[in-house]
Amino acid sequence: MPVLSNSILLEEINVACFLVPLGEAIVTTAVQKIMEKKEKQAELHGIQQTGLSWSRKLSWLNRLLWGGVLLLAFEHLWHGEIVPWLPFLTAMNNPADMASMFREIATVGTGMAIFVTTAWAMMVMVADGKTKALSAATAKNKA
Amino acid sequence: MYFLMTLTAAVVATVAWYVNAPDDKYKLGLLSSIFWGAALMWFIDHVMACLTEGGEFFETTADAALLGVSVIILGSIAWLVTLLISDPKGVFAELLKR
Repeated sequence: MPVLSNSILLEEINVACFLVPLGEAIVTTAVQKIMEKKEKQAELHGIQQTGLSWSRKLSWLNRLLWGGVLLLAFEHLWHGEIVPWLPFLTAMNNPADMASMFREIATVGTGMAIFVTTAWAMMVMVADGKTKALSAATAKNKA
Repeated sequence: MYFLMTLTAAVVATVAWYVNAPDDKYKLGLLSSIFWGAALMWFIDHVMACLTEGGEFFETTADAALLGVSVIILGSIAWLVTLLISDPKGVFAELLKR
């Protein structure tokens, strides 16, 4: 089928890519909850946390992922690629569209998840570096 | 267009967060994260579309602009709902006491 316009082209490449970040968000939210519990238990046992906690770091990733997923889901709804009734994804009605959908999920969706996670990893590295520098400065001032 | 509009909203929300930081009483960090998350994802989406299909990077149609405005409104509503539920000023607690 010939591509008629750029907007159609963008819709074609966009079928259900947000499902990968959605899956990642579900997993990282569960991991964050587990980490929160572990950190609370460690605190109860008198173990002091040094630096930024993992639950806090993961909360940044979760905010990025859930925020992105919410707005992308709305965009897909706007373009008619998802519907509020079963099977939710309009591409599921046609086997040819399904193949395209799975390809887009594998390429664009995975790309999105990797890019957001990389941006978050860089944020964490910078924040950890700053926390260590602050701790070192505080220790120097005390000595 | 909606990518650029979301990116602009992310920058504005981040500036507003930084002006008030380290205090984040009104959860502006959450608002900027919502817009940054979407902007990062749409960036990849647009890059992939350009690389694979050779289309234009920015859509400059009225529909794309309207989608951009709608996306910013939806992101703001999500932030507002979270803010009102957490009620950092204790407004609802005060109102319920009366």
